[in-house]
Amino acid sequence: MYDKEKIIPGLIVFVLIAVFPILYNRGNAGHIPNPEKPKAARECVRPVQDMRESHMQLLIDWRTDVIRDNGARYATAAGGTRYARSLQLGCMKCHDSKRKFCDECHNYAAVKPYCWDCHIEPKENM
Amino acid sequence: MDIKRRKFLKLAGLSAVAGIGAPSAFNMLLRGEVSASEGKPSGHGGGEGHGAASTTKYRYGIVIDVRKFASIKGLAGKCIKACHTIHNVPNYGNKKDEIKWVWVESYEHAFPEHSQYKRNERLHKLPILTMCNHCDNPPCVRACPTQATFKNKENGIIMMDYHRCIGCRFCMAACPYGARSFNWRNPREKDSQGRYRFLERINPDYPCRMRGVVEKCTLCVERIDRGQIPACVEATGNTGAMIFGDLNDPNSEISRVLRETFTIQRKPAVGTHPSLFYII
Repeated sequence: MYDKEKIIPGLIVFVLIAVFPILYNRGNAGHIPNPEKPKAARECVRPVQDMRESHMQLLIDWRTDVIRDNGARYATAAGGTRYARSLQLGCMKCHDSKRKFCDECHNYAAVKPYCWDCHIEPKENM
Repeated sequence: MDIKRRKFLKLAGLSAVAGIGAPSAFNMLLRGEVSASEGKPSGHGGGEGHGAASTTKYRYGIVIDVRKFASIKGLAGKCIKACHTIHNVPNYGNKKDEIKWVWVESYEHAFPEHSQYKRNERLHKLPILTMCNHCDNPPCVRACPTQATFKNKENGIIMMDYHRCIGCRFCMAACPYGARSFNWRNPREKDSQGRYRFLERINPDYPCRMRGVVEKCTLCVERIDRGQIPACVEATGNTGAMIFGDLNDPNSEISRVLRETFTIQRKPAVGTHPSLFYII
């Protein structure tokens, strides 16, 4: 091999640089999303796992049911909590901070739902 | 020679198919059986004169007593303010970008098919409060290619699903009353101090709209569902300037007023069957 004395150290340096981030962060899972749960509310409208997986589908279903099929605007959860089937009037009444709740996971998963293009987040200042 | 015959037969076959198919397609379009969004018949494309029975369980309407609006100064403004504050309707301060759910029209613009010749001077000064007519036979719904605007099957209110609106503005072209407005810009635009430029204050219980969708009066469907009356009607208080109710219920106050009083509608000849009635 020509230029052995340059190529081999070069390769070693390259590999070290390439794996540096992995070695540097070993044993550290990074920032794990931790959406803040409402303190006052006892239960959510669906079991937690359902909400994690399909809250977006639930919101779409509520919308279609309420405005097109004359579904009820209010419903009762399994544990008896009455809630509005609405993002602004339902979800956000308990989860009263978009930043501490929605954004936690959405930022982590790099999804950008366009809810807030129209809907108004709670306690938004003028 | 062979190839030429083959070509001829192909052409002849295609022409035959087109010749058979085209007239039936034309007929469907002419009879108005196709709506823009689907091949499905719209169910109320028939235009059976001016007083056809409604196809929904309820049909909400409003009688507007223009005489009251003329005698009580500022009443129309109060209605507009009530509506626009509740629904976060921006005020851009120019006609081009204007968003209006309820507004004041002049007599000759509201009722252009009426003769304006030698009309009483009083008529031309009347503030005609007007909004979406929530037609029983809505042309905007037929024009919408995405079914973003639709007639509610139960209460007959013409509603908007802003999630589905693609901003094509066909509905605006189709509406004979100019009741629809397009969001040319972001209604929640902020100035350098972070304040909303076009909204005086924001109602946190109602959404806003975004740039690129069409919006209009919803007859306060969210309030009706909670047992309240529309915000504009509420703003008139006990003046009796606006009477809201179910046109399908013969015992409602609005039905009684319509039976006993001479009222007119905007552009009845278009065949839209509006749900707004005017006492002039």
